Amino acid sequence: MMHKISIKVNGDLYVLSVEPWKTLNQVLREDLNLTGTKLGCGTGDCGACTVLVDGRSVTSCLTLAVEMDGKEILTVEGLAPAGEELHPIQRAFVEKGAIQCGYCTPGMELSALYLLKNNPSPSEAEIREALSGNLCRCTGYNKIVEAVQWAAKELKAEKSKSTRSK
Amino acid sequence: MREFSVVGKDIPRPDAWLKATGKAVYTDDIKLPGMLYGKLLRSPLPHARIVNIDVSKAQALPGVKCVITGQDIPKVKYGNWRLFPATQDEYALAIDKVRFVGDEVAAVAAIDPDIAAEALQLIEVEYEELPPVFDIESALKEGAPVIHEESPNNVSVTRKIEYGDVEEGFSKADYVREDTFTVHAVSHAYLEPCSTVAQCDLDGRITLWTSTQTPYIIQCLLASTLEMRENDVRVIKPYVGGGFGGKMELRPWEFCAAFMAKLTGRPVKFTLTREEELATGRRRHPMVIYSKVGFKKDGTLVAKDLKISLDGGGYNSMGPTATFLCGNFGAMLYRYPNYRFFGQHVYTNKPPAGAMRGFGAPQSLFATETQMNMAAEELGIDPIELRIKNAMVEGDVIPDVATISSCGFIDSLKEAARMSNWKKKRKSLAPGEGIGVGCYSFISGGVFNWFNTQYPFSAAEVRVFSDGTAHLLTMASDIGQGSDTALKQILAEELGLEMKDIRVTSADTAVTPQADLGTWGSRVTLMAGNAVIDAAKKIKEKLFGAVSARFNLNVIYDMECKGGRVYAKGRPDRGMSFGEAVAMVQKAQRGEPLVARGYYTPRGKGLVTPAFSFGAQVAHVAVDQETGKVEVKKIWTAHDCGTVINPMAAEGQLEGSIHMALGYALSEQFVMDKGKTLNTTFLDYKIPAAMDMPQSKSAIVDTYEPEGPMGAKEVGEGLVSPTAPAIAEAVYHATGYRCKDLPITPEKILKGLRDTKKRKRKRS
Repeated sequence: MMHKISIKVNGDLYVLSVEPWKTLNQVLREDLNLTGTKLGCGTGDCGACTVLVDGRSVTSCLTLAVEMDGKEILTVEGLAPAGEELHPIQRAFVEKGAIQCGYCTPGMELSALYLLKNNPSPSEAEIREALSGNLCRCTGYNKIVEAVQWAAKELKAEKSKSTRSK
Repeated sequence: MREFSVVGKDIPRPDAWLKATGKAVYTDDIKLPGMLYGKLLRSPLPHARIVNIDVSKAQALPGVKCVITGQDIPKVKYGNWRLFPATQDEYALAIDKVRFVGDEVAAVAAIDPDIAAEALQLIEVEYEELPPVFDIESALKEGAPVIHEESPNNVSVTRKIEYGDVEEGFSKADYVREDTFTVHAVSHAYLEPCSTVAQCDLDGRITLWTSTQTPYIIQCLLASTLEMRENDVRVIKPYVGGGFGGKMELRPWEFCAAFMAKLTGRPVKFTLTREEELATGRRRHPMVIYSKVGFKKDGTLVAKDLKISLDGGGYNSMGPTATFLCGNFGAMLYRYPNYRFFGQHVYTNKPPAGAMRGFGAPQSLFATETQMNMAAEELGIDPIELRIKNAMVEGDVIPDVATISSCGFIDSLKEAARMSNWKKKRKSLAPGEGIGVGCYSFISGGVFNWFNTQYPFSAAEVRVFSDGTAHLLTMASDIGQGSDTALKQILAEELGLEMKDIRVTSADTAVTPQADLGTWGSRVTLMAGNAVIDAAKKIKEKLFGAVSARFNLNVIYDMECKGGRVYAKGRPDRGMSFGEAVAMVQKAQRGEPLVARGYYTPRGKGLVTPAFSFGAQVAHVAVDQETGKVEVKKIWTAHDCGTVINPMAAEGQLEGSIHMALGYALSEQFVMDKGKTLNTTFLDYKIPAAMDMPQSKSAIVDTYEPEGPMGAKEVGEGLVSPTAPAIAEAVYHATGYRCKDLPITPEKILKGLRDTKKRKRKRS
C-alpha cells in the first residue's frame, strides 16, 4: 500500500506516494535525485546519510519516509544560503583540508551544523563528541575538527556583524 | 634548493568544492534510463561442491530480467598476476566449488532492487559440503583438504630472498633472539561500498563506471573475461569514496554488470551493502611471522632469518604481491649484512585477503620493530640509539631489493626523539603511562611488472592553448588521496601557470593516454608525476624554440616558463605570455595543436621500487590498570617523503594513517566462526571515531629524491606501519605486557599484567 506524504526538502515542497518500507534516504536519493546524501552502512552507524529533519540531525537510512509527512528536511544540497556558493561550514571543510574522498563530508557538515546551531562555541572535546556518530576513514578527523572550529568563529563573526548592522 | 611557486604550498583541492556541496558524482549516484538493479547470491558454506543450481523460480518472478550462474559465463579465470597465468584462480561466479562464506554463486538483475533481493531467495543451490580449513597450520598439514586442485599443498606462491651468509652471520652474533608474531585481518572500511554501473552500446561495446583504484586493470581483465577486445571496453572512474587497496582488482559485480548489460541490452547497476563488504570483502592478510635476528654486543646487526606465512583465504587476490613485498620490507630500515626470507601464500576457506594500505609492511614491520624494541631492552641500549646504529643510509644497495637514492631515516629518528622529549619521558612518566617507538620504510610504486602491461607504467598528455590554459589527461586515479590536485600542482609548476589555468581529465580508459597501473603501492605521485613532467618538458621545448626564434636569442640562453610567461632566464624582457608563445608554435606548425605525451617506466632500480620513504614515530599511552583499556595520548612523527608537493594533503595522509593504524593496533578485528564473519556492522567492527584520535605532531625531514618528480616520493601508505609497534612498545613500557599477537586488547593486557605480577612474586 502506498502512503501519500508531503515534505519540504531544502525549501521545495514535494508530494509523494511512498511504500511503507521506504527510507528517507531512498526517497532523497532515488525519488528526488538528491544524491548528495550518501549511504555508507544502512544501519545508522556511520553517519554518511545524516540530514536535518525540522532542525534535528537524523540518520536518513534509519528513518522511514512515511514518518516525514509535513516535515522540513535539510540536505547538503540546501546548505549554502540563498545566493551564496558555500555555507561557512562548507568553506571551512574545503579550506582546511577536511575533505579527502568526500564520502563522509555531507553527513559531517550537517552534524557540524546541528552542533553549531545548538552550541555556537563548542570546545574541541564537544566537537569530537558531536561528530562521534560520523565515521571517516581518510582524514583521521583532526582537520575536520579544525574546520568546525574555524566555521564556528566565522558564523559568530557573521552573526555579530548582522546584529550590529541592525 | 629550487624555489617553487605552486608545489610545496597548502593548496585546497579543487575537487573539495564539489564534495562539500554534494555535487560530486560517485558510482551509486549514477542512474541511467532503463537501468536494472543487480544483486549477488553468495555461498553460505566455507567449502563445498556445487551439485546443482535451479534458477527457474527466480527467473519467473515478475520484474526479473536476467539470472546468471557460473554455467552461463565464459570459462575464463582472472587475477592481477597476468604474468603468471597459473596464479589466476578466480571465476566471476563459482563454477565447480565455493571456497569461502560469501563466494559469489549467481547474479540477478531486476527492475527494482527489492525484486532482485526477493529473486535471490528463490534460487535453489544444492551443495555437497567439503571439509574446510580455517588457519595456516591446518591448511599446511599433510592430508589437509585441498582448496584448489592446482595447489595440492594449499600453497599457491612462495618467494625466497637470500644474500650474504646467514649461518655464518649468526655464528658471529653475541646475542640472538627468535620470536613468532601473529597479526590479524582488518577491513579497509572505505566509507563508499563498492558500486558499478555497466552499459552496452548498440555496437556491443561496454562502458563501465566503477568504484575502482585501477581502471586500466579492470579494462583488461573485464575484456578477457567477457572474451572481448580490450579497446571495446571503456572503464570510467567517477569520484571514489576511498579504496586503501580494496578496490584494485576485477570483482564479480563488475563482470556481472557488464555481462548482464550485454544480455539484456539495458544498463545494470550493482552496489554492495556494508554487510556484504564486512562479511565477504577483501581484508588485510593475517600472517604468522617467524623472525630470528643476531646482534653483536654493541648492538650491530649481523643476520636476520625471516619466515612468513600469509593466510590468503579462498583465492590469491593480491596475496602474491603481498608475499613478494613482505620479504622486501623485512630487509628494510636496517643494514642486515646477511638476510634470508622465505614467504608462502596459503589458501584457507575464508574471505580472501588482498592489498591493503601498507601491502605487507604493517605486518612485516610489526615483527621487525617489536623485535628491535625487545633486543634493545636485553642489550641495554636505548631503542632509538640501537636503530640509529643500524639505520640504512643514502647509497645503500641490496641486490634485487633496494637502491636507496635518498634517505632521511636517521634524521627522522633524531627528530622524533627531540619532538617527543624521548629520553626524559622514557625515564619519568607517571605510573601506567609509557612511550614507545616504531619506524617504517615504504616503496614509491612497484617495479615488478606482474600485470604484464604492454604500456608504460604511467602516461600523461598535456594540451596547451593560446588562451594561456592547459589540459592534463592522465589515467592516474584519485580515490580521495588527492592525486588530481598533486598532478595539477606539478604541471602548474612546470609550465609556470596557476591551478585555475589547468583542466584535469583523469581515469577514463577511452580518453586518457595508455596507460597507468592505477593507485596502489604509493606509485602515483612518483610515476604519474614523472610522466606529467616528461610531457611538460616536451611542450616547453617547443615554446622555448618559438620564443628564441622571435627574439633571435643566442642558443646558449636558458629559457623559463614562470608567472604565465615564457622568457629567457636573466632577460625577462625577451619573452611573451604563455598563450602568445603557444599561438606562435601553432602558427609555425601551420595550425597543428600543441600537444605532448609523457611517459614513465622505472629503469635501473631493481625489481622492487624506484624510491623508498622512511620515518619514525613515538607513541605515548596511558593504560588503565583495572580495565586494561589503552588511551593513546599523543603521537609524534618525523618522516622523509622527499619534496612535499602539498603539505596540507601530506599531513592529511599522516593523520588518516594514524587513524587506520590505531584501529589495527587496538580496536579492529574480525570475529569469525567456522569461516563466517560475525561482526558485519560498524557497531561491532570498531573503527576509531573522532573522540578516539590522539593528538598528533609531525615534522617532515628535508630530503630530495633524484628519481622523483621535483624530488618527491611516497607519503600515503608507509605511515600506516609504525603506529602498531610504537603503541605495543609504549604499552610494554607502561605495563610490562609485551604484545606479539595483534590486536592489543584489554583482555590480553590484563592477562599480561597478571603474568607479570606472578613473575615478580616468584622473583621476590
